[in-house]
Amino acid sequence: MRFQLTDDQRALRDGVRDLLAGRFDRDALRTAVDTPGHLDRALWRALGDAGFFALCLPEADGGVGLGLPEAVLVFEEAGRVLLPGPLVATHLAAGTVPGAATGERVVTAPAGELLPWRDASDVVQGDATGAVPLASVDPLTPLHKLPGPHAPRSPEAVLLTAAEQLGSAARTCELAVRYAGEREQFGQPIGAFQAVKHLCAQMLVRAELARAAVYAAAVTADPVEIAAAELLADEAAVRNARDCVQVHGGMGFTWEADVHLHLKRSWVRAGTGRTARETEEELAAAL
Amino acid sequence: MDLTYTDEEEEFRARLREWLASVLPGLPPKPSPNDWPGRRAYDLGWQRRLYDAGYAGLHWPADAGGRGATPTQHLIFLEETEKAGAPYVGANFVGLLHAGPTIAAEGTPQQRARWLPPVLRGDEVWCQGFSEPDAGSDLAALRTRATRDGDHYVVSGSKIWTSHAEVADWCELLVRTDPSAPKHRGISWLAMPMDAPGITVRPLRTLAGSAEFAEMFLDDVRVPVANRVGEENDGWRVTMVTLSFERGTAFVGEVVACRRVLGELAAQARKNGRWDDAVLRRRLGRLNAEFRALWRLTQWNVSEAMGVPPARAESRTRGKAGGVPGIGGSVFKLRYSHARQELFDAAAEVLGVAGALDTDHEWTLDRLSSLSYTIAAGTSQIQHNIVAERILGLPKDRPTGLRKDLQKGGR
Ligand SMILES: Cc1cc2nc3c(=O)[nH]c(=O)nc-3n(C[C@H](O)[C@H](O)[C@H](O)COP(=O)(O)OP(=O)(O)OC[C@H]3O[C@@H](n4cnc5c(N)ncnc54)[C@H](O)[C@@H]3O)c2cc1C
Repeated sequence: MRFQLTDDQRALRDGVRDLLAGRFDRDALRTAVDTPGHLDRALWRALGDAGFFALCLPEADGGVGLGLPEAVLVFEEAGRVLLPGPLVATHLAAGTVPGAATGERVVTAPAGELLPWRDASDVVQGDATGAVPLASVDPLTPLHKLPGPHAPRSPEAVLLTAAEQLGSAARTCELAVRYAGEREQFGQPIGAFQAVKHLCAQMLVRAELARAAVYAAAVTADPVEIAAAELLADEAAVRNARDCVQVHGGMGFTWEADVHLHLKRSWVRAGTGRTARETEEELAAAL
Repeated sequence: MDLTYTDEEEEFRARLREWLASVLPGLPPKPSPNDWPGRRAYDLGWQRRLYDAGYAGLHWPADAGGRGATPTQHLIFLEETEKAGAPYVGANFVGLLHAGPTIAAEGTPQQRARWLPPVLRGDEVWCQGFSEPDAGSDLAALRTRATRDGDHYVVSGSKIWTSHAEVADWCELLVRTDPSAPKHRGISWLAMPMDAPGITVRPLRTLAGSAEFAEMFLDDVRVPVANRVGEENDGWRVTMVTLSFERGTAFVGEVVACRRVLGELAAQARKNGRWDDAVLRRRLGRLNAEFRALWRLTQWNVSEAMGVPPARAESRTRGKAGGVPGIGGSVFKLRYSHARQELFDAAAEVLGVAGALDTDHEWTLDRLSSLSYTIAAGTSQIQHNIVAERILGLPKDRPTGLRKDLQKGGR
């Protein structure tokens, strides 16, 4: 038992972090916010070139041949920077839809009662009949609403979404800590005040617990562990974003701060899986 | 990331299981909570069995009388003993889980030879004399004085919340050896024999009804200078070592116990019809996620304690050299202590009104005692400070400057 990242896993994570810092920095994020519904195809292909979508495809099929734990690390990084697009669906389509693995084609799929990125995608995997557009709360995720009963998402889709939530939770914790160290009131950094300090500590604790759950689920691929990961990662992302807004005060309530983008995306992600109620029921049934 | 155990580790687990299955049925019945001599005898008896079977001090270094087992083996030990329902460490808590490890890390060879073997053999019980009536969270404000008199310290003052004081042979005692130094600098860590003249122990009744801890009055108690662990006035540093053991590793086994209880709650609820309550059911589902993740976090922390070169540090929670756990323990303790309280609140719901109010029921007693987990070993508020300042690097509060500013009118 050695529940720690291996050297290769660390290198992979750092590599993806560097790639995203170069290809999707804060300017790119704000540009994306200002051009709703538009998917940056050049970025998508760059991700494809870097192996983002082919990560879990066997080497014999031209993929990187890695597993779920590696995919989780990569999607965590995507979540940190709020990388837009139907990333999970395209990743999971890499073996079945030609061009998905290389980033030439963008693939989306229904997720619960929602269908993200329909208009900007080349392929919809699954039944999208009757989909009607929805004014999405997240400026970075255009949504359609689907009628009727919906098929459950695959365990991989649920887990990779949880990994994105984890990345977002860790990031909003960092943003809060940074702001708390810089912003001064009453003659000292606000991070010296316990009320603020304790919010930040709670954010870290939430993110660390979610991390343990998400990584373990990636290693075991056990459905109950995946359910636990989903529940805790959703909670960490949503609540950390909320607390991060609070730590930023009035600034946190502006469009200018990135925090609201994390909050809105975390709501969208939480809404694309099972409801918390369904997940809790599954976890109860497993007792 | 690897969650599988090696063949060697699985063999260790299998042997341990076999041994547990052979000894547990023959164990005498548990003494009642307030039968202190009975509890002492019971807990020491169990420790002696562990010792004879080669399971005592599993995680201690070999040169401290331990088995030098890997942290993973220790984890397996905690998992299997809890699963099998073996006795809890009980009165041996302080000796085995923090005084002992502190002496192993900081003591001289003579001190290790004197104090460690009796802890492992189950011959001696330790207690912890840190807190004082006016120095709880602000532990470094302690005032118990120790004055040098030849090769002895003469100790006077009082301690409070001293668990197991009534049955202890030794006390890890914090004293002030230099009253003129800044408060963190004038402290020393002593091993005080509990049969020394001048010690009065007055039991305190807890809200759970038992006399779990005590007040301790020290009146010119003579403690040999040779009983000081670490340098004179360097006791705060030694204390930090003790506390990191207390928070870092001492609660690990309990997570397994909580998972067992959670399974029992579900079984009970299915039997008595409470399972039909969707709100309760979902609450148990959420606790399932919580305790699974806490167990995974434990495995993460243990793996981390096995040493990752600092240059490749994952986070700043890792342990120091020498097997001293890192402050990741504070992250764990925060979430665990609250989850434990929620668990036994849920147990009360499963039991229904009459059951939940019946102190003959083990779960009711556990529910009461769960209230101590967010207080003992440093309150949740203090743990939040530690996480924020030592892990996240947020600045320390400067109350004087703040007060001055508030006087000026604030906003
Ligand atoms: C069951 C149990 C067993 C114990 N066993 C032992 C033992 O064996 N040996 C021993 O030495 N001690 C023991 N303790 C003592 C324990 O460590 C202290 O109770 C604890 O550290 C809190 O100190 P206090 O009780 O003086 O509370 P206080 O420090 O008076 O705290 C009161 C309240 O104020 C809050 N507070 C205090 N300071 C701050 C701050 N800076 N910021 C924010 N909030 C703050 C606290 O969080 C708490 O809510 C035990 C306690 C319990 C409950």
